[in-house]
Amino acid sequence: MLGLTTDEPGGAAAELERRRRAPAQRAQHLLHSHPALSPAIILLLTCVAFTLLNDRFAAPAALSLLIQQTAIVAALAIGQTLIILTAGIDLSVGAIAVGSSMLAAMLAAEQGVPAPIALVIGVAAGLAAGGLNGLLVTRVGLPPFIVTLGTLSVFTAVVLIYTGGQSVPGADLPDLLSWTGTTFPIGDFRLTYGVVIVALMYVVVGWALSRTAWGRHVYAVGDDSDAARLAGIRVNRVLFSVYAVAGLIYGLAAWVLIGRAGAASPNAIADANLESITAVVIGGTSLFGGRGGILGTLLGALIVQSFAVGLSLAGVDDQYRLLAVGVLVIAAVSVDQWIRRVRA
Amino acid sequence: MTTTRIPVLAARGLVKTFGRVVGLDGVDVDVYAGEVLAVIGDNGAGKSTLIKCLTGALVPDAGTITADGAEVAFRRPQDARDAGIETVYQTLAVAPALDVASNLYLGREERRPGILGSVFRMLDTPGMRSRAEKAVRDLGIDTIQNITQPVESLSGGQRQAVAVARAAAFGSRIVVLDEPTAALGVKESNQVLALIERLRENGLGVILVSHNMPHVWQVANRIHIQRLGRSAGVITPSSHTMAEGVAIMTGAAAA
Repeated sequence: MLGLTTDEPGGAAAELERRRRAPAQRAQHLLHSHPALSPAIILLLTCVAFTLLNDRFAAPAALSLLIQQTAIVAALAIGQTLIILTAGIDLSVGAIAVGSSMLAAMLAAEQGVPAPIALVIGVAAGLAAGGLNGLLVTRVGLPPFIVTLGTLSVFTAVVLIYTGGQSVPGADLPDLLSWTGTTFPIGDFRLTYGVVIVALMYVVVGWALSRTAWGRHVYAVGDDSDAARLAGIRVNRVLFSVYAVAGLIYGLAAWVLIGRAGAASPNAIADANLESITAVVIGGTSLFGGRGGILGTLLGALIVQSFAVGLSLAGVDDQYRLLAVGVLVIAAVSVDQWIRRVRA
Repeated sequence: MTTTRIPVLAARGLVKTFGRVVGLDGVDVDVYAGEVLAVIGDNGAGKSTLIKCLTGALVPDAGTITADGAEVAFRRPQDARDAGIETVYQTLAVAPALDVASNLYLGREERRPGILGSVFRMLDTPGMRSRAEKAVRDLGIDTIQNITQPVESLSGGQRQAVAVARAAAFGSRIVVLDEPTAALGVKESNQVLALIERLRENGLGVILVSHNMPHVWQVANRIHIQRLGRSAGVITPSSHTMAEGVAIMTGAAAA
């Protein structure tokens, strides 16, 4: 309110109030207009701290590993971010990605389907699964939590029935499917093609969110869906597109997953749901919708992974990583609540 | 001003029922360019139903609506909007986290010319900002200093001004305001009433739904009184006093 209204300052009391609130107001406005700022600061502090603990953290080898390990959760978290921006949640993230990877791998390895076609079918299955979530949310009108809780079980069961719980070993996979795990050097760093794919996904979705009408509608729907509807936005169409695009992203992430794991397993990425939500929340995107972005999510995913790499380099038990991440999640949501309170 | 006096928006014999409840029971209404038509009535008199039929939010069961003499059929709000009829809803319909310019263009964003817009779907953000700024300036809304600030940082009156500016910027015939001063203080109410007068000066037809009789008598050219789903008469602030208007509204007197 202060500094934004034309009302004349009331007097001494108002002046005092202004002086007391100004720094908090400024911080709030800064965080509001740059939601990726707080995760960026946290990531910076984390990296500095771990480098001080063990200078191997900042070495290209460790950073390369950090980036490769972050790629899959970072990819899944793009879709999760889109859905959370609309005030939804997706619990079927991991199930869809695993389903896509198993379908592509089984088709190629056991049915003899040519690798490119198997890959396209696998990715398309992700799109279809996301579309099913979208239909249930928009047509049947169920809460996203319930829809994706249900499809989590359904997709997981379908995948286990289809695969009989068996993995497809790397030796049986065509080169195209495991291509995403191939490394190439950039200076002293070693990255994989999977990392490049994920980076491209961030660029494309980042563009769509910040530079297109669709992106603005995603924010508006999450912010206040009634207002969006009255403003002429087709809310259900936007919501459906978000779930479908998220499914497509999970399908592409499945390809990266096969390359990273070097095989396709129905039991892969068991923690993907919580890890993707964690990355989104630490990245400053509000669970209430309409606030945040994927840059923050990328930083959030990097923060979580840098704890894993940094703590193991420091010789600390991995359980402390969980502890630290838990504290971060609560802190991140507290900051979000604070941003919403101060503005009033 | 029109010389032929063809209403910019007119409705004849509007009927709308909800099950056995009769919302509108054959209502006629005319709105001319450059006038403020107030719609008053008790709760349940059919004010909202009338407004919703005129803005496409409801489809009437019977009756006709004409815009500049030509019959129109509004099946959804977008149809009315395409016909140059903009509505400022009581809930304002703004997205709090988006900035003022984004809200002005919400649902009708403009893209960059050329390949950036057609292939990459890039928004013309600088263009929309400058045009939003102009729209706000043209209305003399000086309380909004920064077009890039989020709407949630604005006061109630400023939010109302954003919603009115949006309607004024895109409404070519009619701007409908539903209880625009209900949540506002004295000073902010006066700012909104001044805005309404400016819309009229710009040659738009304004439909003002309000419970606030002093505000109605202050700005309206004509006053349409709804009672029990029917039109109980159309009066003017000079032909009737506020007390007489209220008497007609409550059925204590005939128009």
